[in-house]
Amino acid sequence: MEMSEKRINPDDFRRDFPILSVKENGKRLVYLDSAASSQHPVKVLAAMESYYETSHANVHRGVYKLAEDATAMFESARVAAGRFIGAPDPAREIIFTKNATESLNLVSHSWGRKNLSAGDVIVLTEMEHHANLVPWLMLAEEKGLELRYIPVDSEWELDLTNLDALLEGAKLVCVTLASNVLGTLNPVSLIADAAHAKGALVVADGAQFVPHLPCDVTEIGCDFLAYTGHKMLGPTGIGVLWAKASILEAMPPFLGGGEMILDVRVDGFTPNEIPWKFEAGTPPIAEAIGLAAAIEYLQDIGMDRIREHEMKLTRYALGELEGQFGEKITVYGPPDPTKRSGAISFSVQGVHPHDISQVLDEDGVCIRAGHHCAKPLMRKLQTAATARASLYLYNDQDDIDALVGALDKTLKLFSF
Amino acid sequence: MPGLEDLYREIILDHYRSPRNKGELPSPPAVKAEGFNPLCGDEIIVYLIVSSGGVVEDIKISGQGCSISQSSASMMSSSVKGKATSEARDLVKTFKRLMSIHEHEIAATGDSASGIATTSASAAYIHDDEADEEAVDLSKLGDLAALQGVVKFPVRIKCATLSWNTLLQALDEAEAST
Ligand SMILES: Cc1ncc(COP(=O)(O)O)c(C=O)c1O
Repeated sequence: MEMSEKRINPDDFRRDFPILSVKENGKRLVYLDSAASSQHPVKVLAAMESYYETSHANVHRGVYKLAEDATAMFESARVAAGRFIGAPDPAREIIFTKNATESLNLVSHSWGRKNLSAGDVIVLTEMEHHANLVPWLMLAEEKGLELRYIPVDSEWELDLTNLDALLEGAKLVCVTLASNVLGTLNPVSLIADAAHAKGALVVADGAQFVPHLPCDVTEIGCDFLAYTGHKMLGPTGIGVLWAKASILEAMPPFLGGGEMILDVRVDGFTPNEIPWKFEAGTPPIAEAIGLAAAIEYLQDIGMDRIREHEMKLTRYALGELEGQFGEKITVYGPPDPTKRSGAISFSVQGVHPHDISQVLDEDGVCIRAGHHCAKPLMRKLQTAATARASLYLYNDQDDIDALVGALDKTLKLFSF
Repeated sequence: MPGLEDLYREIILDHYRSPRNKGELPSPPAVKAEGFNPLCGDEIIVYLIVSSGGVVEDIKISGQGCSISQSSASMMSSSVKGKATSEARDLVKTFKRLMSIHEHEIAATGDSASGIATTSASAAYIHDDEADEEAVDLSKLGDLAALQGVVKFPVRIKCATLSWNTLLQALDEAEAST
């Protein structure tokens, strides 16, 4: 606790991230694209390196000490990944995948294929990332399912007015906890209550939520939760799916191969216990260990404090953008920092987001430009693309000032 | 590191601010081809009327996109209007050589979650390839030569070539229907 009290200054966090101290053309890196992928503290890099240097062997296979060590590290990473989101039974309820996308595909392939049939209804929202949309579109096409969408209202929030009607006959509800475009934090626990009352299960996409806010699956009340390591200081190539043990037990395997079986005969196989039933082949071992180190790093600081820091910085950023550019800028997302994450999408009159991002890059300011893998939402916003600056614990007011300065330069370059 | 002035030449900004041949044509008689850039959501629609004699009689461009895709489309439309389709095709070839890439390299930047950053490795790849190409006669290209700076920004090449690929599609369609 004493240690975490000392660490309230983002400058201290920055020091932990080697890439943030690299200067390009004498300028510091202003990294405002953590919603796409975050950077890595030394702790994560060191954990992975140390694993490779001292402990690597395949997991769940060898009887020698090295393989036992690797297995123990891998399995304790699983428990860490579960505890981080308040999983009641972390050793059994956490499945490692390669990213959030694969986690969601696992649900659609395994649970969806088994439990949904022609005419069944899935309820989604208009702000889903393609990762929590395309798998359901694919399944809908295969099975003849009906998809319904909870609309986004003029305040950039989900319009729940007709929720009960939308949920009528639904078997599954798929909703993001935090929008990667709007930053909106959705009332998933409320939606989950309503869904459960109608007998539907709830898939929560936590890719943009788990890295930034305290998360407890029991409080949220969802049945599945997906998140991804590379947006929370961890490496790429590791994702997580959590689901209640009883649900996982009733689900058929996802991919077939080694690891996921108890027995194989020429005429059939017996699947493994959960969670291994869903992990075919050699898993991403070093990546799981890296993720566990990232989780430890985040927990040492405290998710409450990370949230608080990001809220303050979001308030500052929104104020600066509106203050400096007024009518020329449109921010897509709730103005109230308590209702949103630090993913800030905007457009600037007369300048395409692609050009904004390009000019900003000159000043070492990295932001994302594009449709953010949320094309239905983009259509709703009546734009093909937005610019997005997204914050994390290592960002500070200097980063926002650099963003504003570079945006000013962009407007001058493109002034008509 | 290449500077912004290599990319945003005044003539490019001019075409972006006042695009030539912007609009739509009734289809039919015009053929209509659509091109998308999945990376940034740019969209170009080319309306083309080719005479029975094989001349590009009229062309209009609609859609939306960044300064590079829009200015490239604008310049493309002015440079092919009134030309024989064979000349237009030659111009596409010349322009794409200026961009010094082949189709498979254009396809390499897809719908990824990784933002628009590129690596110096991909830049080097494109430059290596450039060595194999014959020199492009810039004088033939007129205003279009201003776009050569785009090559230094590999992720933007696809923006510059979008309207040209869409034009090819429209030409194919127009010629198939005559
Ligand atoms: C809301 C949301 N869901 C899912 C994903 C997919 O994450 P990944 O690409 O790691 O599978 C993303 C990443 O962009 C996201 O923002």
